[in-house]
Amino acid sequence: MAFAGFDSLNFAMDHAVSLRSAVVLLGRFPALSGADLSVERGEIVTVRGANGAGKTTLLRLCAGLVRLYRGEGEVLGSSLADARAAGAGSWRRRVGFLGHETRLYGDLTAKENVEFARALCGLGRRESGDESALEQLELPTRLHHERVSRLSAGQQRRVAFACVMVRRPELWLLDEPHASLDTEGRKCIDGVIAEAAVAGAAVIVVTHEQGGVFGGVSAETQARSLSSFPNLRNVALAGGRVVEC
Amino acid sequence: MPASLRLTALVASKDLRIELRSRVLLNHVLPFAVLVLILFGFALDADSEALRSFAPGLFWVAVLLAALLAVGRSFALERADGALDSFRLSDISPAAVFAGKALAIFVQLAAVEAVLGAGIFIFYGASLEKPGLLVAAGLLAAAGIASAGTLYGVVASQLAVRETILPLLLLPVLAPVLIGATRAFGDAFGTVAVNGWSWLGLLGAFALVYATFGALVFGHLLEEG
Repeated sequence: MAFAGFDSLNFAMDHAVSLRSAVVLLGRFPALSGADLSVERGEIVTVRGANGAGKTTLLRLCAGLVRLYRGEGEVLGSSLADARAAGAGSWRRRVGFLGHETRLYGDLTAKENVEFARALCGLGRRESGDESALEQLELPTRLHHERVSRLSAGQQRRVAFACVMVRRPELWLLDEPHASLDTEGRKCIDGVIAEAAVAGAAVIVVTHEQGGVFGGVSAETQARSLSSFPNLRNVALAGGRVVEC
Repeated sequence: MPASLRLTALVASKDLRIELRSRVLLNHVLPFAVLVLILFGFALDADSEALRSFAPGLFWVAVLLAALLAVGRSFALERADGALDSFRLSDISPAAVFAGKALAIFVQLAAVEAVLGAGIFIFYGASLEKPGLLVAAGLLAAAGIASAGTLYGVVASQLAVRETILPLLLLPVLAPVLIGATRAFGDAFGTVAVNGWSWLGLLGAFALVYATFGALVFGHLLEEG
């Protein structure tokens, strides 16, 4: 089943992310120390690296959630230099960011969380498809109206992913999206990632999966998925710099 | 409905819905505030006349302590699982987030005031002479506390020592509210010979200044997390 939100994506520019010698400090510690990365629309880039290599910081930089200390950066046509200025939400609205934290409200139901995520972006229910997002991620219908705090970690992860989906992002930033998910859940998420890339979105996935973004599925499915995506690229982070694999 | 009002209602209704389900106000904040009233009652029990004269001040001390819990809770919701990032990544105006969170706190404080107001009559035997003044002072003071609380709440939420820093930041700022509301309530109860209506100006000005200031700077404070 195709997610309704992908039908009308229409992107004007090719480069979704362009970082040149990007330096990000966390306190005094350089989490990124001269990272270069370019991601085009329709491309899936998987990022791997040791703990503390700067993978999460890279995603947060692309989302405009941390300050660019030195270097240049452009995301979806906007400079990262003023990403954290008040009112910078207009381009960040087009970014879908799934971090380690699910950013869900435990006392709201799965459906309410998805509705809230959609409403924050000013999107209507019809154009975004709250229910279809949860259905595509195969969260049982009876759980749509269950409080998130009562769901398992894997189910919560699916809801969090649905919250990203309904934003209809042009740039997907996914930090270990397979965490806590079973094989079926991984397949669902891989399918959505693939669908988004085909629709023209850029996707950056931080993963520890051996097989990269499609590592959660069987070798046969992986081969089929990979063959559908010539724009799949693997990079690694080491010492705060991007190393092409 | 204008977009900014719709987004304000969206944030406020989200917070109030969470509050209704978690029942933190009902099960924790209200019992705490009522307990404060009862303890003051025991402390001053020997002199019921003094209890009646101190009732306005005791009422507002209890409200302020409850407000600290409500403000802390409001931002704990957003901190718990990184939800503040959702606001940063949204198209929603920071002023609407500020207004929505302040509105939710205002509603909770109004509920606390209603319960504590009943407690003042039941436990302290207070008599009411000017109900209009009581209601107006209660609402204006709640608006001021909610506005200042939301502003300082987001500042405190960015800090590691947020639980201890919030009272230190907020209580001195709320001193004018405590004074103005206590004087207005004193007139409403007939325990002090002042013109309570004149204190409403201070309460209204406080609420207006903090609501305006908060709406203007909330976006910058949100980004500094």
